[in-house]
Amino acid sequence: MPDLDLGAVLADPATSVVVCCGSGGVGKTTTAAALALHAAEQGRRVVVLTIDPARRLAQALGLTELDNTPRPVVGVDTSAGGSLDAMMLDMKRTFDEVVLTHAEPETAQQILDNPVYQAVSSSFAGTQEYMAMERLGQLRAQAQAEDSWDLIVVDTPPSRSALDFLDAPQRLGSFLDGRFIRLVSAPARAGGRVGARALGVGMSLAASTLGKLLGKQFLLDVSTFVAAMDTVFGGFRARADETYRLLQAPGTRFVVVAAPERDALREAGFFVHRLARDRMPLAGLVLNRVAVSRARISADRARDAAESIEESGDPHTAAVLRAHADHAEVAARHRRLIRDTAAAYPKLATVQVPLAGADIADLPALRRVAESLSTP
Amino acid sequence: MTWHGVTTDPRLHIVTGKGGTGKTTVAASLATALAQEGQRVLLVETEERQGISQVLDVAPLGTQEEEVAAGLDGGQVWGLSIEAGAALVEYLRLFYRLGRAGDLLHKMGAIEFATTIAPGVRDVLIGGKIYESVRRTTAGRAPGRRSRSEDPPAYDAVVLDAPPTGRVGRFLDVTGQLADLARVGPIRHQADAIHQLLHSDTTLVHLVTLLEQLPVQETLDAVESLTSEGLQVGALIVNQARDAGVRASLDLVAEQAPDPARLAEQLESVGIRTSAAMISGLEQTAAEAVQRRDLEASLEDAVVAAGRPVLVLPHLPEGVGPDAVRRLAAELAAQGVASA
Repeated sequence: MPDLDLGAVLADPATSVVVCCGSGGVGKTTTAAALALHAAEQGRRVVVLTIDPARRLAQALGLTELDNTPRPVVGVDTSAGGSLDAMMLDMKRTFDEVVLTHAEPETAQQILDNPVYQAVSSSFAGTQEYMAMERLGQLRAQAQAEDSWDLIVVDTPPSRSALDFLDAPQRLGSFLDGRFIRLVSAPARAGGRVGARALGVGMSLAASTLGKLLGKQFLLDVSTFVAAMDTVFGGFRARADETYRLLQAPGTRFVVVAAPERDALREAGFFVHRLARDRMPLAGLVLNRVAVSRARISADRARDAAESIEESGDPHTAAVLRAHADHAEVAARHRRLIRDTAAAYPKLATVQVPLAGADIADLPALRRVAESLSTP
Repeated sequence: MTWHGVTTDPRLHIVTGKGGTGKTTVAASLATALAQEGQRVLLVETEERQGISQVLDVAPLGTQEEEVAAGLDGGQVWGLSIEAGAALVEYLRLFYRLGRAGDLLHKMGAIEFATTIAPGVRDVLIGGKIYESVRRTTAGRAPGRRSRSEDPPAYDAVVLDAPPTGRVGRFLDVTGQLADLARVGPIRHQADAIHQLLHSDTTLVHLVTLLEQLPVQETLDAVESLTSEGLQVGALIVNQARDAGVRASLDLVAEQAPDPARLAEQLESVGIRTSAAMISGLEQTAAEAVQRRDLEASLEDAVVAAGRPVLVLPHLPEGVGPDAVRRLAAELAAQGVASA
């Protein structure tokens, strides 16, 4: 596999957005934060959008309050002329702001008060992904308007599958634009009775059953919600498509993060295929938390040696050798998995980040990660 | 203290934990350990992931209960994958005598609509199936006979492979989620019944964790929030722990820093040609192993300090499968896990 030179990717002024993707628990947020810090200290004006950072990492970035606004990170070396702002996504707030910006004050308030809107904006599957993309679009517009940032680094929501980030907004969009929801809300749109007649027998039965089940008021709320949102978004689906196209824009680079585990690597593989299919620019694969053997003795040999040495009466040395053997076994497993991945994706550029002893919770630790990331 | 830390006899065991901690494997092992001779335990999943069939290496589970494994001492483990759409159709059929109209609703997109957009409805439907399986009696198994409360239960225990800790609070708070939507009606009624079951002393929430920073933090947060919501927390299950031999060996490493000269001399004595790089590599490996051991020890202390019973399951490097599940079930049984 070729080496991934993320240092060069970040230094390239043509790179304006870096999206870190991968399945849950592989270290996406840490990678995004490390890349952003590195780029800033190399002189770029960076904003990093994190989704759900671990508590201590959030503290290190100064993200003590979730207020949806980028704030400067304290302790960044700005001598090269760069800067780093960080923010944490607040999906409900992002949604609210979209509504407030696009609707007349009266309609906006009507939407914000609607119980269906409140449910969709705070706990709906796909809303987080939708809003992450939405917020990315906003940051980009802001960066262009104010000339405030020249690089946006985005973390993606934690989900089982990395593909969710790409698919969820459209899934949500097509659901909200779906047939049933359109028909249920038809009366409200057509201004009353006209639509109801057009529903047909099957649909009336469906609507009345759901009405019984969920209450007529609920269906009414849905229809008001959909009608009102239409005026804001001009169709959810269209809006989702538009944000999706942003990801195909020149200047966007995807970084796929995976831990050296079978499931995570398989997910990363799916994602790489998908990016190629949708012609989205992939920078490469980050193999995070790779165990590296520190002494050239195989696990088996170390165990044999430990046994002999124990017999001759030096239990401490034997125990050290066993600790090495355990670590060497993990390292060997990681090596095999990485080799298999390399065989399956010979053209995929990769870079490895070694397993750290402690967790990454301050800027010096992020710099160490960044160093591994940027030196192929 | 009992293995679950309460004095009552729990029948519904909800297993949750941070994603990636091995919840499904632990849930399957718990069900296997609980299924004692002559007993039936139902193992349920709710997110349509087919995790149970993968772990137990059986055909994908459908919406009908089927036998999936043998209990440790001869009981039966049954499996079920609850799917909200199917539950809704079944529900409508039962309460509204809809018959085949359910299929029509599917075609119209109404089922997807109801189970996706109406917050909480999905959870109420899933909760309803769980409620029914906990409350069902053996008489209910035979068609045409009304079940009476004095009949023995159809399942001696129900083990739920629940959503991860990040989502479990919302999942278990069925009535809160519905609050603004359905104030009256059958869905509301069902939500109240589920709420009562979940907050009764027959229900326990067990939390699975690894000895790593984030999972432990999430577990401790969950103990607090679940308790404050009036749910009973059962055992904290530390998964993938190092076995006792490895621990003892690491304790020995931690006793002193290795002396490089002695290390080299010992290695040479068994025919390993050493180099300065090798020796310093071994020193570094030893130091990092001790550092990790100390971190794990402090995390384990934090888990214990939560005041719930702690069960420990070993790391199985060969991966999960039916054999691993049986082995973990035996570990759980050895640590006192048994049904009443």
